[in-house]
Amino acid sequence: MAHSATATETNSKTSIWFGGKEPFKASYGKLMMWYFLLSDAFTFSGLLVAYAVLRFTKPSYYESEYAKQFSSIKEASENFVPSDMYWPIPERIFDAFPFFHGQHLPLVFVGLMTFILIMSSVTMVLAVEAGHRRHRADVEKWMLWTILGGLTFLGCQAWEWTHFITGTDKGAVRDVWMNGEWVKQTIHGANLFINEYGPAPFAFCFFTITGFHGFHVFSGVLINIIVFYNVAMGIYDRPGRNYEMVEKVGLYWHFVDLVWVFVFTFFYLV
Amino acid sequence: MAYTYENVPTGEFPKPQTKVIWKTFWILFFVTALEFLLAFTMPAGGLRTAIFVLMTLVKAFYIVAEFMHLRHEVKGLVYAILIPTIFVIWLIGAMFIEGGSIYDLIHNLYK
Repeated sequence: MAHSATATETNSKTSIWFGGKEPFKASYGKLMMWYFLLSDAFTFSGLLVAYAVLRFTKPSYYESEYAKQFSSIKEASENFVPSDMYWPIPERIFDAFPFFHGQHLPLVFVGLMTFILIMSSVTMVLAVEAGHRRHRADVEKWMLWTILGGLTFLGCQAWEWTHFITGTDKGAVRDVWMNGEWVKQTIHGANLFINEYGPAPFAFCFFTITGFHGFHVFSGVLINIIVFYNVAMGIYDRPGRNYEMVEKVGLYWHFVDLVWVFVFTFFYLV
Repeated sequence: MAYTYENVPTGEFPKPQTKVIWKTFWILFFVTALEFLLAFTMPAGGLRTAIFVLMTLVKAFYIVAEFMHLRHEVKGLVYAILIPTIFVIWLIGAMFIEGGSIYDLIHNLYK
């Protein structure tokens, strides 16, 4: 019948308004991954905006009365003492490295973490490239390196958090509200309410922002493992299938690296 | 050039095209190394912060353009991703400036 023939025709994939043409020449999954990443970027931006405002609840270290007694910025930096009256300087806080207890190694560990994450981004893009050649062994190899890089990064972050929460040997003296009065007490490490490094929002932002990023790395590793399993099972080598899933999970993984670039600047450098 | 998934006969794989990937890696590596150099040689201040933010945006460009392949996508997709992001980056910058002026206000009020 003429009527049903028309219906079949409009429902077919070849029609432009019925999925016959891909918007932006990108597949449905890839486009949705881009839109998800855009919305995820808004989420992280929300955290950075909150940080931007909380950061200015206290003066920076160099603007404090204590730092002003030194003649130069360099001298003030070397004589840094943490206090909840001003925001700390990162190279004096993040200066620990595993197995080098008590030594001042500013930003070395976070530099290593940055290198690991950039490296795992490179191996991810190599996996995507191998996928375009449909070279299964290469995709497996580079995806395994990416998973390893992600797990190493998570391990580093676990160590950094543990160190941050446990604190230094010296600790810092703070006024603590106990039994209805303020008492001076030496505290070690950090939690969401009080920390030895600086004002409360400092540790709060650290836990929230690096924690949220770490959670993304964790989910990225899980998704990578699932896609690696599919690659190893030969699912993307089947007729009519391709390795685009590797590219999609790659987009997510690079986004995690991208967020770290921003976290690194705003939390560890400035 | 947009990526394509051709049906390559098994056994004959084309040669890997990794030149751009490694070039991007070295750019990211050197920019990060330069950031570390500045962190230890340049005194803290507005200029250093501005340089750091600029270098962050350079790194972000290379990750998004090359690693995420956005530079080689259709223009419409590039703008759909880029334009909202520019507004959000503006919001972050604006809130940093606003936070600074709120701080000044409180500081001068209670002095």
